[in-house]
Amino acid sequence: MSLEAIGALREQVRRTVYEYVVARAEPVSRNEVGEAVAIGRTLAAFHLDKLASVGLLEVTFAARAGGPGAGRPAKLYRRSSVEHAVVLPPRDYRLLAGMLASAIERVGAEPAAYAAAREQGAKLAGGAAMPRLVELGYEPFEDADRTIRLRNCPFDAVAQSHAGLVCGLNLALLEGVLGEGHVVRLDPGPTGCCVAIRSKDNEA
Amino acid sequence: MAEHHLAQLNIARLRAPLDSPELADFVARLPEINGLADDSPGFVWRLQDEAGDATALRPFGTDVIVNLTVWQSVESLHAFVYRTVHLEPMRRRREWFVPLDGPHLVLWWLPADVLPTLGEAAERLDLLGRDGPSAAAFTLREPYPAPGVLAG
Repeated sequence: MSLEAIGALREQVRRTVYEYVVARAEPVSRNEVGEAVAIGRTLAAFHLDKLASVGLLEVTFAARAGGPGAGRPAKLYRRSSVEHAVVLPPRDYRLLAGMLASAIERVGAEPAAYAAAREQGAKLAGGAAMPRLVELGYEPFEDADRTIRLRNCPFDAVAQSHAGLVCGLNLALLEGVLGEGHVVRLDPGPTGCCVAIRSKDNEA
Repeated sequence: MAEHHLAQLNIARLRAPLDSPELADFVARLPEINGLADDSPGFVWRLQDEAGDATALRPFGTDVIVNLTVWQSVESLHAFVYRTVHLEPMRRRREWFVPLDGPHLVLWWLPADVLPTLGEAAERLDLLGRDGPSAAAFTLREPYPAPGVLAG
């Protein structure tokens, strides 16, 4: 399944469609995708449905409020929460991470783990915050309050099973990456990464 | 109305007395976190005395504090625990609490018209530690559906 999903991204236009959809905060329609990627609505629909059929996107239906055609549900697309990975030869770092996380909790080694994460973060530091966060897979965006929010949690599966520890590790890692110029804190919303970031330059 | 509610017990062994400087940050956050729980969707009840919390109740030992709550569903408890500012004290818990030998949290279903007791909660925690997760004593990591509800 993962191989088929990843294979579906080989086609250049389809990959552009995928990258457009996953960068959006809200589910998007065929028309929006067609306009953004400069392809026809029919071709956009073909690629979107192909991406949904291999499990890379999810389909939702939302009635659009008001205007002509209101009441007819629009077919919308967003990224699937299912993870796809192909690692050859077979590796299972997630299983290992879960075991290590349980062991850390059992002996109460969280402070040492956070210190290690901060050191690792410092090694990953470099350049301006936003592009660095993009490179690290966090999918950052600035909200109306100029707080940087992270749409993606790179550690999602282990964060689900060991939330306090993994969110703490992630916070320490990002403190290391971003350095003294930023205030990093936990401020979870319904979805996405729990870490919120403010530049000290923005503080009044 | 649902026929069952979810009971939650968690316990924590203090590194230092509650009125010590080491625990000051935890104690300072407690009213906010308890208030947040009270106002959370799906919250039903929490154990508290006249002081407004349960920190004076020590049935598990003089240095072990308890938190006993009731929720409408696993989802409502999960959202409060992991998707609110409650996550911040969870991240810092090792500054305030020492690890326990056994499980520190247990969940079980109970009829919606009754409230759990600390004695019953202690039995559920024992059960979880002795036999591992089951429908009678489980955790958020491996939740069980309410009686009479088919597993999703």
